[in-house]
Amino acid sequence: MSIYKDIAWNGLWKQNSILAQLLGLCPLLAVSSTMVNAVSLGLATILVMMLANFAISALRALIPYEIRIPVFVLIIAALVTVVDLAFNAFLHDLYLVLGIFIPLIVTNCIVLARVEAFAAKNGLRASTFDGLMMGIGFVWVIALLGAVREFIGQGTVFSGIEMIFPTLSGIQVLPESYPGFLVAILPPGAFFVLGLLIAGRNWLEARANQRLRDKRLHEQPPPAATAAA
Amino acid sequence: MSEPVDVDTRDSGALRISVRTAGIMLAFTLVFTALMAGTYKATAPMVAASALAEKLRLIGEVLPAGSYDNNLMADAISLPPTKALGLDDESRLWRARRNGAPAALVLEAAAADGYSGRIGLIVAVGADGRLIALRVTSHKETPGLGDYIDPKKDRNKSKPWITQFANLGFDSVPREKWRVKKDGGHFDQMTGATISARAVTNASGRVLAWTMENRERLFALPADGRYEESKP
Repeated sequence: MSIYKDIAWNGLWKQNSILAQLLGLCPLLAVSSTMVNAVSLGLATILVMMLANFAISALRALIPYEIRIPVFVLIIAALVTVVDLAFNAFLHDLYLVLGIFIPLIVTNCIVLARVEAFAAKNGLRASTFDGLMMGIGFVWVIALLGAVREFIGQGTVFSGIEMIFPTLSGIQVLPESYPGFLVAILPPGAFFVLGLLIAGRNWLEARANQRLRDKRLHEQPPPAATAAA
Repeated sequence: MSEPVDVDTRDSGALRISVRTAGIMLAFTLVFTALMAGTYKATAPMVAASALAEKLRLIGEVLPAGSYDNNLMADAISLPPTKALGLDDESRLWRARRNGAPAALVLEAAAADGYSGRIGLIVAVGADGRLIALRVTSHKETPGLGDYIDPKKDRNKSKPWITQFANLGFDSVPREKWRVKKDGGHFDQMTGATISARAVTNASGRVLAWTMENRERLFALPADGRYEESKP
């Protein structure tokens, strides 16, 4: 069971696709201008990552090592196309909202990275779980990024949610007269906010490491003392 | 003592591996292409039906369903790329009739001068020369700033910006006044986000002028016909 715990911890925090590996920045910066857009892309990404990890884990014995990358790219592109068509046919209302994001997933190198680093070497269940966890790690960061940019940029949260749940509507947090802060919505704002998020993660990691070191230092003296005695 | 390496054998081994790898790559390509082609074939009718429903819904937004009694989808003509409509590609034009008499034209148009690229429009123009309504079908304007041209994003839900064009013609707003207020015209714009509003306003004026000029010929063409720009 501890392998699943490791996978979850890696996906959500330690090897987080955005904060630690800095992968998939192209779709990340393009659609994180509002939280609803960001989460929509994230959900589609989870689906594709699980499918890609599952398919490649299942086929890994058949794929020669030398041509694994072209085969992975082929499989991922085919899966994204199939998901795109299936959404369009069976879930058309949702497709009108998510449709523009699905082809963007192909540009997300995190999918290829996880396939290469994990699914090509691990079993079916672990690989699918890894896709899920890496996807969730992607979603929470992109959702946070979208929420911050939307709040600073136009003073709202959940704007555009009526596209997914027609009965709900976005909430104006700051007063109606808030003039907006354009930089937060434009791509440079995404870089600023992402930079701050990464700095925050590094700070937390550094603090945790420092604590670990301090703890070791405090624990060190007793064995040294016994050795001297 | 090491065995002498037989050059021929080594070469044929490499060749065999290359052929085998290429064969596997080919097999994967065939299988996954077949998967995509199969999905495309299986979903094509449903996708086409959804696209048609979407088009009808868009037309329904600019043209009330009760204002005509013919089958719009059957009474359509195709337009060549038309500069006045901002279109670089072929487009469709639907003709609404009531009791056989011309009622309205529904056409696609575009404004190329949005803040970030092209703004797609669908416009309904009455046979009496009034603009019945228009909607934005696609745009990339800045969220929260210029995107109020799309009523779904307009914060003023009771009277979205784009509805101010409804039922206006050049008889009530003269052609030279068909601009945003900032340019000395008739139509409101939001402070700080003039470019999107100006693009839509000017495009709607161009569409209305073009339609007024050509409406008789447009209504007279046979269904499924093709309109040709008259040579000056």
